[in-house]
Amino acid sequence: MVQRLDYLKESPSQTAGPYVHIGTNPNWVEITGVWKDDLGLVLVGPETVGERILVEGRIIDGSGALVRDALVEIWQADAAGLHNSPTETRGTADPAFAGWARQPVSDADGLFRFETIRPGRVPFSGGGLQAPHVTVWIVARGINLGLHTRLYFGDEAEANSVDPLLNRIPDPVRRATLVAPRTERDGMPVFTFDIRLQGDGETVFLDM
Amino acid sequence: MSGAYFQRDRDWHPPALTPGYKTSVLRSPRQALLSMPTTPSEETGPVFGHDVLGPLDNDLIRNFAKDGEAIGQRIVVYGRVLDENARPVAGALVEFWQANAGGRYRHKKESYLATLDPNFGGCGRAITDAEGRYSFRTVKPGAYPWPNGVNDWRPAHIHFSVFGHAFAQRLITQMYFEGDPMIGQCPIVKTIPDPAAIERLVAALDRNATIPMDSLAYKFDIVLRGRRSTLFENRMEGN
Repeated sequence: MVQRLDYLKESPSQTAGPYVHIGTNPNWVEITGVWKDDLGLVLVGPETVGERILVEGRIIDGSGALVRDALVEIWQADAAGLHNSPTETRGTADPAFAGWARQPVSDADGLFRFETIRPGRVPFSGGGLQAPHVTVWIVARGINLGLHTRLYFGDEAEANSVDPLLNRIPDPVRRATLVAPRTERDGMPVFTFDIRLQGDGETVFLDM
Repeated sequence: MSGAYFQRDRDWHPPALTPGYKTSVLRSPRQALLSMPTTPSEETGPVFGHDVLGPLDNDLIRNFAKDGEAIGQRIVVYGRVLDENARPVAGALVEFWQANAGGRYRHKKESYLATLDPNFGGCGRAITDAEGRYSFRTVKPGAYPWPNGVNDWRPAHIHFSVFGHAFAQRLITQMYFEGDPMIGQCPIVKTIPDPAAIERLVAALDRNATIPMDSLAYKFDIVLRGRRSTLFENRMEGN
């Protein structure tokens, strides 16, 4: 026998189920009066530094149907590439930008939509900078362990071309699933990030 | 300095495709996950201050009360949030939600015939203290039928959502109750391949922590991913 390693095992994941919103967005499911506001609805205020953008998309299952009961969380750096987190070691992030938000997808059109800012670049542990990106995490009925992916920006071609994560995806078609094309609406850039869980055009999901 | 988060043991977690749980069939990726060491984007995460909590946020017997207290078996659920290095995770936001004593959820899409309890909402939250401890009181949820097989029932369970110190640690799971014979029959529980992993989700009845003549108690510890410590500093930057 050898000596034992003293590590604990991570608690295994289970699906968030169809009623995840009771715990995360109780006001949204009409459980009112327990707490005042659901957490994570607003990212940007008047003081927030950075270029305002909209990020929106839909989640599509393996049959092409919209997933209408998912919960989407995003986490991103501020305009200078710093995270509003006690574990940020490189400096102090913009206090007017939380960097984290979450939303249930809409029942009506299956859309999630975040008004946020364009993040700055964050270093990579191997040296160099990553392209601007937003971490996206999805839970829902039928998803046993939260799916982790990243949104990259369609108008950042130069930074994307040297991004260490994107360059780990050999197939350019698959790489493109992480790059949200840019359009504009009322003068604001809109990045559309449709997430395909399975099959044709399947989004790249991460094990990080 | 600390390094990357430990790789997740994906043989311990449920795989994405678990056909016994039917909804997973169309909602599971078919391609392999792309792996990469964690970067600052995953090694940081949102942290919530105690100012987000109200005084009854961890009291589901009273936090939705209209004209009385929630009906059901009164219980206290308590435990610690630790990481894989067995260190307490202080300041972790723990959110929980559940059905009422009859197995009925208060959700607009839910149609089970068991009645709603007018004094029970079903949501709560707490932030761990310096030793990683949390606690809440509630009523024990009832079992709940669901459209998977023609006669599938969920065991009594409470859903948990946990934020650690890094987005890499983000976890949602479910807590079950010691001795429930339905645990071994549930297609969602059985998405977890290893019986030892399932045991980690079963809260133990703790008679020493009960409140006599008031509430039974269950202990449920939660373990989040651990982080590498750098024994030899080979890089001057990037950690």
